[in-house]
Parts: sequence; C-alpha cells; structure tokens
Amino acid sequence: MSKRVISLMMVVMLVGMMLAGCASKPEPAAEPAPAAEPAAAEPAAEPAAEPAAEPAAEPKSELVMGMITDTGGLGDQSFNDSAWLGLEEAEKQFGIKRQVLESQSADDYSPNLVSFAEEKTDIIYGVGFLFVEAMKAAADQFPDQKFAIVDSSGLEKPNVAEIVFAENEGSFLVGVIAGLKTETNKIGFIGGMKFPLIEKFEYGFRAGVKAVNPDAEVIVNYADSFDDAAKGKEIALVQHQAGADIIFHAAGGVGAGLIEAAKEEKFWAIGVDQDQSHMAPENVLCSMIKRVDVGVLSVAKSVVDGNFQGGTLLFDSKNNGVGYSDKAGNLTDDLKAAADKYLEAIKAGTFVVPATEAEFNAFEAPSL
Amino acid sequence: MQNKKKNLLQVVMDNLKFPLLAILFSFIVGALFIVWTGHSPLVAYRELFSGSLGNFGRFGESLLKTTPLIFTGVAFAFAFRCGLFNIGIEGQYIMGAIFTVGAGWIFRDLPGGLLIILLLLSGILGGALWAFIPGILKAKRGVHEVIVAIMLNYTALYLSNYIVRTVLNPSVLLGTEKKASTVMLPEHGRLLHLSKIMPAFGYSSVNIGFLIAVITAIVIWFVLFKTTLGYEVRSVGHNPYASEYGGISIAKNITLAMVISGAIAGLAGAVTVAGLSYKVDQAAGMPGYGFSGIAVALVGQNHPIGILASALLFGVLANGERKMQMAGIPKEVVGIIQAIIILFIAAEQVAKYLPDIKKKFFKNKTQEVQK
Repeated sequence: MSKRVISLMMVVMLVGMMLAGCASKPEPAAEPAPAAEPAAAEPAAEPAAEPAAEPAAEPKSELVMGMITDTGGLGDQSFNDSAWLGLEEAEKQFGIKRQVLESQSADDYSPNLVSFAEEKTDIIYGVGFLFVEAMKAAADQFPDQKFAIVDSSGLEKPNVAEIVFAENEGSFLVGVIAGLKTETNKIGFIGGMKFPLIEKFEYGFRAGVKAVNPDAEVIVNYADSFDDAAKGKEIALVQHQAGADIIFHAAGGVGAGLIEAAKEEKFWAIGVDQDQSHMAPENVLCSMIKRVDVGVLSVAKSVVDGNFQGGTLLFDSKNNGVGYSDKAGNLTDDLKAAADKYLEAIKAGTFVVPATEAEFNAFEAPSL
Repeated sequence: MQNKKKNLLQVVMDNLKFPLLAILFSFIVGALFIVWTGHSPLVAYRELFSGSLGNFGRFGESLLKTTPLIFTGVAFAFAFRCGLFNIGIEGQYIMGAIFTVGAGWIFRDLPGGLLIILLLLSGILGGALWAFIPGILKAKRGVHEVIVAIMLNYTALYLSNYIVRTVLNPSVLLGTEKKASTVMLPEHGRLLHLSKIMPAFGYSSVNIGFLIAVITAIVIWFVLFKTTLGYEVRSVGHNPYASEYGGISIAKNITLAMVISGAIAGLAGAVTVAGLSYKVDQAAGMPGYGFSGIAVALVGQNHPIGILASALLFGVLANGERKMQMAGIPKEVVGIIQAIIILFIAAEQVAKYLPDIKKKFFKNKTQEVQK
C-alpha cells in the first residue's frame, strides 16, 4: 500500500517537473528553476552563494520605506491602496525603495512593526488607527526608528508622525451637494463600522445636508464590514426602496456594492476616499476625497529632506487634504458654487463642522 | 519490550511518512509558483526560513503564531474524535476573548496570579458556553452541529462587536473618548513574556501562553487515550449505535465533546488576549484561527501530539511569510504551500481507499463479463 502511495507521489512529482519545464520556457529568467527546486526544499540549511549576493547589489544609499496595511490589505480601493499610491509617488519623486507587509489579522500588527524595525527601515507606516496600541509599544521599543500612523492622533511620541484627516469637512461638502440635489428629500448613508473615525464621516455628512436642506431625512446604516460588497448592495437597495435617491458611503469595499446598485437602479451614489466616478460615471454624483496619498507622501518627503518630526499632521480643507471631486462632470455649476461657498467658509473658520454625535446635535447651520 | 519499541518506531514512521512527503511536494509546487511570479524560489525560501527560524527572536514569533493554532487544532480534533465537525471554533474563540476582557475588568483589583487563573477560566467558560448550544441541540434534537455553529460564529462576532462598542468600551468604563476596542487588561493580568526569562527572545511577544498550549495538548492526549471519558468519546465517534448498545450515552458524550472542544477554543481566545493583544478590537471579520485549526488538525491526523507538530509547521510558515513579503514575493505563496499540504494529506485518505475501490470496480467488471 505504502509503495503505491509513494509511487503515486513520484509520478505526480515528475508530471509537476515536466509542467515546470514547459511553463518556464517563455520566460528566460525562469530557466534555472527546475534545477533549483530540490535545493529549495531545504533552503534554511545552506544559503546559496548566488542569492546572498543579491541584496548587496542594491545601492545602500537608497532610503527604504515600509508600509504595513491593516487587515483590508492591498487592493481595497480605499485607504490602503491610497497610502501605497503615496509611496509609489515617493518612489518616483525621490527614488526611495518601498516595501509592504499585509496584516492577516490584528495580532500581526506588532510583529510586522518589529520586522521592519529590525531591518532598520527608514520609516515605517502603519495604515489605519487600529495600529495605535502596537505603534505605541513599538515606538518605545525602538526609539530611534521613525514611524508614521494614518488616521490616529494622540500618541505624542517624538518618533511617530500621526497623519490625520478632517473627514467631517469633506463629508460636509458632499452633504451640501446631496442636500441640494435630492428630489425625494431622503438621503442614505452607509458606514463601514460604527466607531469614531467613521462617525466623523456620518455626522459631517448629516451636518452638510442639514445646513442646506433641514427637511431632508438621512437614513443611516452600518454594514459592520469594510469588504462585503454584497452587503453594501443589499443595504443600498433597501435604502433606495425607502426613498433615498442619493447614497453616500464610508465603507471601503462595501461601497462597490452601493455603486453597483446605483448603476442598476439608476440613482446617485457618492464615492469616498478617492474619486470613484470611474466605477460608474453615470451614477456617481461626486466623491468625497481624503488624500491619504498626500499625507503619506509629505511624511516621506520630510524623511528624505531630513526634517522628520513626530506629532500630529492634520490634513483638512485648508491644505487640500480633504475635499470633493467630480471627474465625471455630473455636478451642475450651481451645486459646485454652493459647495465651494461652504468650503471657503470652512477654510476661513466661519464655522466648525461637527465630528461627533454630540457636536452634531448642537450644530446650528450657518447662514451663508 | 524490544519488540514493542520497534513497533512504536514503526508506527511513528508510518504516520510521518506521508505528511513529510506532502510537505516536500508542496514546497516544490510552491517553488513553481514563485518562479511563475518571476522570483527566485531560493531567495523566497531562504527568506521564509530565515524569517521564521533565523534567530531566537524570530523563532519566538513563530511560536507566538503557533500558540492559537495548537489550541484550535486540538479543539477541532477533540470534537472530531466524537464524530462532530466543530466549525464553530471561530465563534467560541471570540467569546473566550471577550469573556476574558470582561473578567479582566471585573476582577481588576485581584492580585496577579489569581487574576490570570480567573482570566483563563472565564475564557474557557465563554468558549464552552458557546459550544454547549450546538452540542445540546445535536444531542437532544439531532440538529446538525455545523449549521448551528456557523450561525453562532456570526452571532459571536456581532455580539462581541456590540460589547466592544458599548459595555466594555473605555468611553463607558473610563469616561475617555470612544474607541474601537475594549478597555485594556490590567498590567498584572497579562501573561509573562518569555523574553523576560530568556532575553534571547528579544522583541518577540511569545509568552507562557505557548507553554499553556503545549500542556493543553498533552492533557487532551491523556484524556482522549488514557481515560474512560476519552474512550467513550472516541467510541461514540467510531460507531454511536454500537456504543449505545455497550452502555455509552450518545447524547452525553456529544454534548461533552462539544463543550470541551469549545472550552479549548475559548482558552485560545483568553491566551491571545492575556498574552498578546490585551484587548478586543471591533472586528470586521472572523479572526481565522478556527478555520486554520481545522487544517492543522487534519495535517496532525487529529492526534494532539501530531497537532503540536503541524501547528508549529503552520506557525513557521505564517511567520516566515513576513520576510518573504518584504522581499517582494506575494504572500499568497504561503497560502498555496499550506493548501497543497492539506490537499495531499486529504489525498492520503483517498489513496488509502484506492485499493478497495479498485477491487470493487474490477469485481463488478468481472461479474458483468461473466453475465
């Protein structure tokens, strides 16, 4: 019996080898692969001379910037991608080398930070406020290591740059647009998960609607997910059936479902983080913009220039860190004018956009 | 005596042969994939193993990754020995974790040693309670445990999120601003990091939770194979009706196996909270240890000692993946290696039955010819 099993394995192995031989032909670089395989099974034993030479060949003068995603990972079409884009830009502009580690679970944050720190990476980005506890510990363990965290503030460490955004301000602007544009006086909001960061989107948005259209009702739902597009679609359809003709989301990948529903049922969706109009030019009214890439890039620049500083870096309407965007051209000039009027007022500090439930309840719409 | 020893060695070799071959083969297939993505498998595997075994600190991180997998693997195996498919380990793990944080808050004034024991016990309680539901439903009403347990996974996730947001949120308990995680466990309720005893572990957060996991696996081995309880559980797993005929209660053992399985899963949650995270986050998805545990149990042949080895393998792979990613090699490579290992272990089962199937097939053929 056991002979049978072994011979079976051997046959499969041989077939595998043959397949490897075939597959590698189009790529000249892959030629040495089959020969390398037997050794590959026990690589820890003896590091071969050839690969050992490889890291040395890289110019050591280059800065290396490491980024750790949260569990959403790359390809989330939201802030992980946006942050990675920022590093891509830094690569182009300053010739830095970028590396990424994707976290499988929240328990990976700390080990991932340590892995980069042990490599003496020039700066380590933690993308997402969930990094905060792990970052705090790592910043103490490695006082000479530069860190940056996105979406979190309050650590107050000399070696941690904290990149935060005024999401409430950007959301307020698209709220103004939605409040003026709605015909049914019902507007939807889909949040990813109900925690303070996403509530900034919610209450900023609702304040924007309230400022221009106090009669409009905002239907709020949370998906309890940042990647379940099917759930996003379901919620969007329910909100649409309840009368909402414009729906804004702050839910990462869940929003893909909203935009799909908008395309099918012909209503308006409002994108988030990046300009999402390419997903459905006819049905994405506009997008609330949160320039994670700009934040990441500006910290990268400070590292390159040698003037890196710890502490909070706020990106708001004043420095164009947040705003709205309409690449598909669905906004009329009136709507744009109205939004820009509020934008100027926010920049001038005429009023403060609420970010929490308490602030929202106390919010008096300014008359402009 | 000599004879018996030889037999034992032979048994061990027989059991190891196939998994080792499967592992070897999966690395070869993984190498093909790496070549296909345009990287050198040599570099990839060097990074993989130097990242997980390169020095004591990294080895410590591998052990840290191994810890929950030992628990969930053993938890799955225990239920499986009773013929139950406990897919609800995720939920039981979550409940164990949230119970631990709750207990950490309630008993925060107790001294360290006592507090830690209470924390672990409450984790066990959380997991056991959550597993009791599918267990009792299966035992009394014959409801399939897989369906109930899957549903309860989501119930646990959302219940935990709700508790994180409300009851155990620092904004409620401490009056700080609202956070997406619970209050932190008090300092004296945290498990000792092994680096405190052995500085060689460096920055690694590996803690005595790993030792608790190993002890748990050994205890479960003892319970399964050396006690009446274990005998009854396994007997029900082999053939429930024959067991009942022999005076073993099916209902009692099904419930018990499920509860013990859940207790181990809950302990995994407790150890992760007390040893690593010190809090529970609002989570958008399952932590994933439960599902990995099923794979670990399968590769470990549902034997607690085998599971120790397979959990270590999975831990080493998962930890080495970091360095591989940093070298620019897609993290999916490790997933592929794991998947192929599982595939081949599963294929062993097919291979075992192959002769039987062949025999039957040919028998039918010859009968047809005779007709």
